[in-house]
Amino acid sequence: MSDSPYAVEMSDIVIRFPGVLANDRVNFTLRKGEIHALLGENGAGKSTLMNVLSGLYKPNAGVIKVAGQVVNFNSPRDAIAQGIGMVHQHFMLVPTQTVTENILLGLKEPRFLMNLPRYERKVQAIQEQFGLRVDPKAKIWQISVGEQQRVEILKTLYRGANVLIFDEPTAVLAPQEIYELIATMRALVAQGKSIIFISHKLHEVEAVADRITVLRKGRVTAEGLPMAGRTKRELAQLMVGRDVIFAIKKEPRPPGEVVLEVSNLQATNNKGAPALQGFSLKVRAGEIVGIAGIAGNGQSELAECITGLRVCDGGTVSVDGVELTNQPPLAAILAGVAHIPEDRNRVGSSPNLTITDNVIMKCYRRDPVGNGITIDDHHAEVYARDLKQTYDILAPSVQTLARKLSGGNLQKVILAREITANPKLIVAVQPTRGLDVGAVEAIQQHLLLQRMMGAAILLVSEELEELITLSDRVAVIFDGQIMGVVAAEQADINEIGLMMTGTRLEALRQSAATAHHS
Amino acid sequence: MALPFSVAVEKRTEDVPRWMPALTSVGSVVLAFVFSALVLWLIGVNPVQVYSFFLRATFGSWAAFSDTMVKATPLILVGLACTVAFKMKLWNIGAEGQFYMGAFFASLVVLVPLLPTNSPPAVLIPAMALMGMVGGAVWGFFPGVLKARFGVNEIITTLMLNYVAILWNNFWIFDRWSDAGFQMTPTFERNSWLPRLSDYARTYPAFSGITLHLGVIFGILAAIVVWWVMQRSRWGYEIRLIGDNPQAARYAGINIARNIVLVMMFSGALAGLAGMSEISGVVHRLQERISPGYGFTGIIVAWLAKLNPFGVILVSILFGALIVAGREVQPSGIAQLIQGFVLFAVISSDVLLRYKIHIVRGADHTAAVGESA
Repeated sequence: MSDSPYAVEMSDIVIRFPGVLANDRVNFTLRKGEIHALLGENGAGKSTLMNVLSGLYKPNAGVIKVAGQVVNFNSPRDAIAQGIGMVHQHFMLVPTQTVTENILLGLKEPRFLMNLPRYERKVQAIQEQFGLRVDPKAKIWQISVGEQQRVEILKTLYRGANVLIFDEPTAVLAPQEIYELIATMRALVAQGKSIIFISHKLHEVEAVADRITVLRKGRVTAEGLPMAGRTKRELAQLMVGRDVIFAIKKEPRPPGEVVLEVSNLQATNNKGAPALQGFSLKVRAGEIVGIAGIAGNGQSELAECITGLRVCDGGTVSVDGVELTNQPPLAAILAGVAHIPEDRNRVGSSPNLTITDNVIMKCYRRDPVGNGITIDDHHAEVYARDLKQTYDILAPSVQTLARKLSGGNLQKVILAREITANPKLIVAVQPTRGLDVGAVEAIQQHLLLQRMMGAAILLVSEELEELITLSDRVAVIFDGQIMGVVAAEQADINEIGLMMTGTRLEALRQSAATAHHS
Repeated sequence: MALPFSVAVEKRTEDVPRWMPALTSVGSVVLAFVFSALVLWLIGVNPVQVYSFFLRATFGSWAAFSDTMVKATPLILVGLACTVAFKMKLWNIGAEGQFYMGAFFASLVVLVPLLPTNSPPAVLIPAMALMGMVGGAVWGFFPGVLKARFGVNEIITTLMLNYVAILWNNFWIFDRWSDAGFQMTPTFERNSWLPRLSDYARTYPAFSGITLHLGVIFGILAAIVVWWVMQRSRWGYEIRLIGDNPQAARYAGINIARNIVLVMMFSGALAGLAGMSEISGVVHRLQERISPGYGFTGIIVAWLAKLNPFGVILVSILFGALIVAGREVQPSGIAQLIQGFVLFAVISSDVLLRYKIHIVRGADHTAAVGESA
């Protein structure tokens, strides 16, 4: 494969955005039949480079060759015509239409009569060729996320793509679906397609990539290295530009008084089904309690009940002695509860407001930012600049709109806002999801620092490794109830795994004991 | 198909420069006049003649300019009313009704009368202005509460309440306060009239016939207040946050329901003040059709001004001029034609703010054509 011809050659690509050089003479080559991973932190320029290849951006300088021919893309249509297809991270599908209808959307054919069965057969043929199983007649809303992604892949194949760009394809998938996706990618390259795989999950890159290119701050730090023989540590270093500490050090700290007390909490989810069914938990000052569980077992609802965003049907919540059950969100804020929400775009930030407006969201009522009925712009700006520097938020200025920030920088804005007020309790839901190694490390360090400073922290995460490293205790939630609480240093992944699927800790210990006795 | 160039449309990745929105707005108004000229030319009229006539009728003299400003005054206030609500993405389509209720409440002061009929203007006029705002605010309060408490769509309720307000007004002017059977109340006493420049013609002869009244000052002050509230106050910050992302606002501890009611009342109060200014400054009585649809034009004004309070003043003057022009030329539809073109041009100009448009020539062009072929 190492001598197969180039499917794509991009040389000296330059893209300038106001204030940033997003791509600085970037070189990238993709051989026919290979999986080439494009690595880099958020904001390193990966997406920009791929937007150039898919015809969305025109480079300020540089040459693109596809199959040896110089090309010039004026629109995504031109890129598609050259066989370049993008599998978007956020699916571009119409939920009420069928798989086939979605695949045909935007094409010149069929012109007048739909004649769906004919196209369903065509879709079926492609599916068989590449082993991408999904019912062509099914409506999008009826199929799983993994299947929806297959529809996105089918869309590109139907349009004759030879080069497929996968933009962080595993971010939305469950573990089982990730294995299937990897199998699909292998099948595609086996049939002569070439794949560009954008990711910052190093173990996935390790598992699938033939070669890697690493970008950092718009520049290539490693060009087309063969994957074989690289270590995760080495890759992380190339991405971040320094050594990354994979094992975070946690100082011992005796916990203090109980801060958060949740007892017998009952709540329903958005669909009206029971989400919390008698949930009780205490978190003490200077302690991180991790909540482990498969998504959708009541974690989100728990965080929302504590922060006042959801009405609970029973039970009580109190923070540092203040009764917060069914109080408005403001009561929780005033009681010193910080909240790093699960959805940083839709809940945690306001996209079309500036960084300044976003960081004052919780403190605009108080001095010095809030000044009677007015907002002191000068203080707000100084405050924002200060946070931008302290938390290393990369943006041209504090007047930058939140929606222009990369995921990691946006999360830093949220973290900065939430923890500068020295909260008594921090409710952090998936604080590192989708972030690159550098940002993950920064966020984790800040949480540990808050712990040392005496904050009680409730950490909800789906990354078991993260939970065990950061937490003092891990509580496992299943179907809105606690299956068991274990000290993190004694945590056994298998045990936690069993609890996550609905076995209680006592039952586990009991069966272990009986097994031991017999 | 061998054009010497092709047009490439590219999504903007960077923020547009600050002057760009203003430039595209002005540019599109100019373009609208060019298109209208084309239509005028096609129907066999000399557009230069029509436009110069328009210009004379609307800005040609102090009296003409005063007429334009008199028409612009209610538009400014109503445009601001819509701006306030739209900033929070509250679609208040009820400025028309709030205008009528403002006029009705202001009239109560002199018709009931709530204050002695011989009170000095310094007492009567502030009282009427206040009552006008109360009337509009009440008419904004109901849809606000319905939306905040029960999630009732404010577009429907505010629209429907327009008819209620107009008919409510009719009841009083047809039945209770009718002046000798006409559909209007008796003319108010002079002490309840907003001062006009022509009132001072005796001392300053130049003001003779200039009907510009104090309402225009209300409009300008209101624009400053709206700007201050939106950009400087805590409340304005809350409104902007709710408008951009209600979920984040709730997460920030903001009471959204309360703000819906308050903003609807604020919006209604501004429209109500417009109603007061119209009866106290122009018609001097409560009567039928005091508004030729100002409440609806205000929606357009707010949009064209891109929800900028000072932009509202400028757009209102343009629309005020078009109303005056429409009165002066035959067929009067010409002014409406221009209005329509302005609306289309400004709305389409938004494309320029979101996309870059290139003309591709030469080698690039042939390459592009070669590929698509």
